[in-house]
Amino acid sequence: MTSASTNDIEFRSVAKRYGAVTAVSDINLQVPRGAFMALLGPSGCGKTTCLRMIGGFEQPSEGTVFISGEPMNGVAAYRRPVNMVFQHYALFPHLDVEANVSYGLRQMRPRIASSEISRRAQEALEMVRLGGFGKRRIHEMSGGQQQRVALARAIVNKPKVLLLDEPLAALDKKLRTAMQIELQTLQRELGITFVLVTHDQEEALSMSDFVCVMNAGRIVQVGPPQEIYDRPASLFVADFVGKTNRIDATVDGASSLVLANGARFFAPAVNCTKGAATVALRPEAIRLTRNGAASVEALAGTVTHRIFLGSAVEYSVAVDGLGDFLVTADRRTLGDAELVEPGEKVGLAFDPKALHVFPA
Amino acid sequence: MTAATNTKRNLVTAALVAPAAAWLMIFLVLPFIAMLVFAFGERAPEGGYQAAFTFAQFANLPTRAAAFWNTLILAPIGALACLLIAYPVAYYLAVRANPRYRLILVSLVVVPFWTSLLVRTYAWMYILGSRGIPNLLSMIGIEDVRMLNTPGAVLLGIVYGYLPLMIMPIYVSLEKLDRRLLEASADLGAKPVSTFFGVTLPLSLPGVMTGVALVTILLLGEYLIPQLLGGGKVFFIGNALVDLFLQSRNWPFGSAIAVTLVAVVVVILMVAMRIAFRVAGTRQVDLV
Repeated sequence: MTSASTNDIEFRSVAKRYGAVTAVSDINLQVPRGAFMALLGPSGCGKTTCLRMIGGFEQPSEGTVFISGEPMNGVAAYRRPVNMVFQHYALFPHLDVEANVSYGLRQMRPRIASSEISRRAQEALEMVRLGGFGKRRIHEMSGGQQQRVALARAIVNKPKVLLLDEPLAALDKKLRTAMQIELQTLQRELGITFVLVTHDQEEALSMSDFVCVMNAGRIVQVGPPQEIYDRPASLFVADFVGKTNRIDATVDGASSLVLANGARFFAPAVNCTKGAATVALRPEAIRLTRNGAASVEALAGTVTHRIFLGSAVEYSVAVDGLGDFLVTADRRTLGDAELVEPGEKVGLAFDPKALHVFPA
Repeated sequence: MTAATNTKRNLVTAALVAPAAAWLMIFLVLPFIAMLVFAFGERAPEGGYQAAFTFAQFANLPTRAAAFWNTLILAPIGALACLLIAYPVAYYLAVRANPRYRLILVSLVVVPFWTSLLVRTYAWMYILGSRGIPNLLSMIGIEDVRMLNTPGAVLLGIVYGYLPLMIMPIYVSLEKLDRRLLEASADLGAKPVSTFFGVTLPLSLPGVMTGVALVTILLLGEYLIPQLLGGGKVFFIGNALVDLFLQSRNWPFGSAIAVTLVAVVVVILMVAMRIAFRVAGTRQVDLV
């Protein structure tokens, strides 16, 4: 790629090892300019290592990280056109809010006039709705406010890429939801590339344009949130992103699937070789039917638990020979069906296209 | 909370504080009062103290101006020299050293304390004396170098003796410095030097202040090092006091000098604290 790249971040065959331990390997990833990319995975999957390699706090053992088309091998953190919102904010305790925010501006060469520095710092503080808090000390700010100071301190420098390391992990649920919306708005307004690290799949799905799912130091799937959710590339993704039912099965023909209890399905999306397989089925893809009005594509079971969530209801259904199924019923589309009582016998109907088949 | 539990709580507090309070009362406050009384008295003809009320002792202070001068100049310079040498050492130990060997390296700092300062200062006396370094220098043709009994020798002894006391508090404050703040500073575009002066140094100032105060205060009462390495030519107030109390048995004059030293130290400390607070921009005292 020689011309001005349309990617703000690119990983090319990147690996990072600490002694004998491989943190990440075989990382190939492109983040288009202006996109919101989430690196999602369980703790220890290497997502933070990747973020730190963009920031310049770690150097790859192999391969190259590009920022705006420029190779970053050996480039120190302070020379990179990126800024980071650290996990626990890492605000300077000896400086007040405004001095924290203007810290980056004061490092710029050629120097910026101090009146200009304070004007831009004010502007950034207002952008995160903290105007008038400039003279406060850091320990006088609440967790949510500190979060926003950290955000202002990063965006005030107008970086090409903003890195966010689990920025919402320390906030309570309500505040987290509010900040998710705020982050999205901010990203659209600023038009800069965001790379977010999170282990919270909901956060990744709700905020980003692209999700990169990682596991055990490797990328397992990259795509828009909807694609990740609807067409998981592996059982791991199906399991990690959203809730899923796992069913043991055998593939015995081109589109023929036999579940562990003997039920046979014609599944058009089967594209794995014959043999043992695991089937993933989303809880909301299942519809409960009553009075044994069993269609062909249905399983029979008994409701064991009901969890009322307000807008939806979750049922745990014991299916003979297949174990417990989780079924989510949206109350609006439930139609006439009233809440099903635990103990009731029900049928589980679903579109076979919703079955995702993976080799066991 | 009932009155009974309150009383009990107060009794427990009193019991906990009592030993230390009694100790300070008997060994600090009472002797200090005695010293104040002595300072306004007269020397008995056979030596010691004789009741009187006179300012004669204080009027006599200028005769010991050299001791005051040496102490008030060499103590801060010594503390400063300790600081300049101790900071890089503490920085290395806390930030750069391999964590696996850190504990060993830190304990090496205090190893000199296993031998008496007296013995170690004697060793310096030999090294700086005519059979030591000056002797080696004369072998290569540099004659008549005098090292012992100079202010430089006293300063060297001070730095040598007090360095660990300066390293430790600075090490502690650097050791608990959050590394992520250094990363944040670099992330915001600060070069390593700017990060040091913008983040590391300000956040280790409490340790620096503790170290400087500790060493300076101890140095103001120093006796041994000027005695051995200053050889009566570079003497501190401590040496003057020993002379007055043990040789000429002039307790009132000795007391007057001691009281004056305490007064000077209190004034210096108050000014220093005020400056430190202004620099730190807070009224919060945070030792190490």
